[in-house]
Amino acid sequence: MSTDSAILRVAGSRQGDGAAGLAGAPVTSRGQPQAVVGVALWVFIGVATTLFTLFIAAYIMRMANADAAAIAMPSQLWLSTALLVAGSVLLRHAGVSAQRGGDGMARAWRWLMAGGACAVAFLVVQGWAWQLLLARQVGPAGNPAGSFFYVLTALHGMHVAGGMIAWAVVALRAGRSGPAGGWRIALLARYWHFLLLAWLALFASFTWITPEVARIICGVP
Amino acid sequence: MAYAEDDSHHDVPQTFIRKYVWSQDHKVIAVQYASVAIFVGLIGVLLSNIMRLQIGFPGVFDFITPERYYQYVTMHGMIMVIYLLTALFLGGFGNYLIPLMIGARDMVFPYMNMLSFWVYLVSVIVLLASFFAPGGPTGAGWTLYPPQAILPGTPGHEWGIILMLVSLVIFIVATTMGGLNYVTTVLQARCEGMTLLRMPLAVWGILTATVLALLAFPALFVSGVMMLLDKTLHTSFFMPAVVSMGQMSDYRGGSPLLFQHLFWFFGHPEVYIVALPAFGIVSDLISVHARKAIFGYRTMVWAIVIIGGLSFIVWAHHMFVSGMNPWFGFFFATSTLIIAVPTAIKVYNWTLTLWRGDIHLSIPMLFALAFLCTFVIGGLTGLFLGNVSVDIPLSGTYFVVAHFHMVMGVAPLLVVFGAIYHWFPKITGRMLDDRLGRWHFWVTFLGTYLIYFPMHYLGVLGMPRRYYNWEGYQFIPQSAFQLNVFITVVALAVGVMQLLFVYNLVHSAFRGVKAGANPWRAASLEWFTPQTPPQHLNWGPHLPVVHRWAYAYSVPGAAEDFIAQNAPAGDGGHEPQPYGTPEAVATR
Repeated sequence: MSTDSAILRVAGSRQGDGAAGLAGAPVTSRGQPQAVVGVALWVFIGVATTLFTLFIAAYIMRMANADAAAIAMPSQLWLSTALLVAGSVLLRHAGVSAQRGGDGMARAWRWLMAGGACAVAFLVVQGWAWQLLLARQVGPAGNPAGSFFYVLTALHGMHVAGGMIAWAVVALRAGRSGPAGGWRIALLARYWHFLLLAWLALFASFTWITPEVARIICGVP
Repeated sequence: MAYAEDDSHHDVPQTFIRKYVWSQDHKVIAVQYASVAIFVGLIGVLLSNIMRLQIGFPGVFDFITPERYYQYVTMHGMIMVIYLLTALFLGGFGNYLIPLMIGARDMVFPYMNMLSFWVYLVSVIVLLASFFAPGGPTGAGWTLYPPQAILPGTPGHEWGIILMLVSLVIFIVATTMGGLNYVTTVLQARCEGMTLLRMPLAVWGILTATVLALLAFPALFVSGVMMLLDKTLHTSFFMPAVVSMGQMSDYRGGSPLLFQHLFWFFGHPEVYIVALPAFGIVSDLISVHARKAIFGYRTMVWAIVIIGGLSFIVWAHHMFVSGMNPWFGFFFATSTLIIAVPTAIKVYNWTLTLWRGDIHLSIPMLFALAFLCTFVIGGLTGLFLGNVSVDIPLSGTYFVVAHFHMVMGVAPLLVVFGAIYHWFPKITGRMLDDRLGRWHFWVTFLGTYLIYFPMHYLGVLGMPRRYYNWEGYQFIPQSAFQLNVFITVVALAVGVMQLLFVYNLVHSAFRGVKAGANPWRAASLEWFTPQTPPQHLNWGPHLPVVHRWAYAYSVPGAAEDFIAQNAPAGDGGHEPQPYGTPEAVATR
C-alpha cells in the first residue's frame, strides 16, 4: 500500500491525493495527506533541532576545558555551504513551479534534479573536507574540536542522506502524480531549508566558538 | 475537514502473518509492544528479586558475585524505566488508545508504526544479548556515569556497555518513529466534533509525554553516541585523563559532568514520560468507576502541559551531590518544588472527583486509589530530596531508593495494572478473572508498601544504597539486617504474584467471561466501536461524530448514568464552558 493511500485510509479523506480547490490551489485542511505529512515534518524538524542544539551545547561545554584548541576550518566548507544554499533555493523553485501546474511541472522536474545533484555534491565536498583535515593530522580522537567536527558533520551528513531518500521517493512520485503532487516537493524544500539552517549553525559554532569564547560563555576563568 | 463515509474498499489483511506479525493495525501493534514490554518487565522483576536475595541473605547464594550484583542492578533499572514503562505507556497504551479515543481509523502512518515496534524489538534483543556477551551486561548503574562505565574494574566494561548504548540508540529511533505518529495522529486524525478539549485525559497525558519523549530522548542519544565514541574510538568527550589499573589512559580533558547534564536533561523528563500517561489514564479510571465527571478538566489539561514544561528545567536536582554553584542549586531546588503546584492541583482534582462520587470498588478503581496514595507518599519524600541541604546527606541512601520506587516505579505500575484490567475487555472481548485480580491487587499494593516503607527508615538510618553487602559497618544495627530479610521475603511474594497476573492475562484472553461492548458503562469513544474487540479500521463504514466530552456521567435527567461521546447532541451532558464565555452564560 502506498503511503498516500495509507494516510487517506486513516485520516479518512474524502478527496483524492492533492485535491485541488476551485482556484487550482491545493487544499490543506486537517486530515489531507499534505497536512498530515506537513505536521509530521514539523515535528521531526523539532526533534532534529533539539538534537543539534544539545550537541552544540555539549560542544560549548567541552570546548571550555583546558585541553581544547581551535582548528582552522578547511576552505571546502564554504563550497559545501554554497551547494546547500543552492540546493535549498532550487528545491524551493521546484516546489513553487510544481504547484503552479501546466508548464511548471517540466521546470519543477529540472529544478528537482538540480537540487538533488547539489545534495550529492554537498556530501562529496564534506568528505573532501574530512580528507583535508585528516591530512592535517586532525583525528577524531584527541582535540575535542576535531572530535565534535567529525561527529557533527557526520550526523548532519546522515540527515542529508536521509533527505536524499525522501528526495528519491518524491522524484519517483512527481512524474506520476503531476501538479497535484507539488506539495511533496514543497515539503522536501522545507526539509532542505532546515538542513541549511542546521548546517549554518554548526559551521558558525565551529568557526566562532573557539575555546576562549566557550570559556566566556561557561564562565570559566 | 475531510472524513470518509465509505471505507469498505480498503483491504483487510487476510493472512495470519499480515494480521498478527507484520501488522499495521495499531491495536495489534499495541498488543505486540505491551507483550514484549511485559516480558522484559518480568526479567526486570526477576533481577530485582535476585538482588533482594543478596541483600536479605548475604553470602547464601554463591552465584550472586559482586560483579553480577551490579549487573543486575543496572539491567533492572534500565529495563524497568525504558524498556518496560516507556514502551508500555507510549507503545502499548498510546498505540491502542489514541486512535480509538479520538475516533481515527488507525495511526496516520501505519507502516512507520509497524516499523517502530520491530525496531523496539531489536533494541530489546540487543539489550538482552548483553547477558550472553563476554563479560556480561554492563554493571555501571542505570545512569551509566563515565568514567567508570567504560573503565576496567566495572563489570561489562568491554561488550556490555557497548551493547547497552547501541540498544538505547535503537530504542530512541523506535520511540521517535512512534512519537511522530502519535503527535501527528492526535493533531490530524481526530473525528468530527473531537476538539482538543474534548479528548479524554488519557490522550492528553500520552500526547504530552510523547512530546517530552521526542524532545528529551535526543539528549540520551547525544550522550549515548558520544560515550560510544569514547569507548570505541577513544575520543575524550566525557573521559578525563585518568590512571586506570596503574596505567595512564590515553584519554585527555573530557568532562564527566557534561555526561551527567545530558543524561539528566533526558532523565528527568523521562520521569514524566512515565508519569503523565499514568496521570491521564488514572483520571479516566477514577471518573468512570466513580460515575462522576472529572473535576476541573481544563485545569487537569493545563497541569499536564505545565508539568511537562517544568520537567525540562529541573534536571540538575539529580546532581546536587556532584557539586555546583549554590545559586545553581538554589534555582533547581526552586524549580523542582514549583512542580508540586500543578501536581497538587491534579491530586486535589482526583480527590474532588471521588468526593460524593458513586465509587465502585472494581479492580481498576482499587488500583487507581492505590496510585493516588502511593503517588502522594512518593511525592512528599520528593519535597525532602528536592532541597539541596536535605538531599546531600540522603542522596546515597535507601531513602532515595524508597522515594523513586514509590513515585515513578510503583505508582505508574499501579496505573498500568488498573488500565489493563479496565481495557482488557475492549482488547479481548473478555473480562479478567476478578478473584485472581483482587489477590493480585492486594498482594501487590500491600506488598509494595511493606517493601518500600521500611526503606525510608533504613535511608534515614544512613544505610548506603548500591552496596553489595554491609559487613562491618558499626552504625548499622542488627535490626536493619532483619528488616532487609523481611523486605526480601515480601519482594519475593510480590514477584511471584506478578506471575499470577500473567496467568490471568493469558487464561482470561481465551477462557474469560465474555464482556459485552461496554462492561464499565463508560462514556468515552473507544467503547462505542461497532464490534468488540474492534475490527480492522475500527469504525465500520462511518466514522463516529462526537458531541461532548468523555465525562458525561450521572447527568441529571439522562436515561442512563452516562452519555456516550457520540450520542446525539440533544442528549445533553456537554462539557462545562469556561466562565465568562457566551456558552457558559447561556447554560447557566
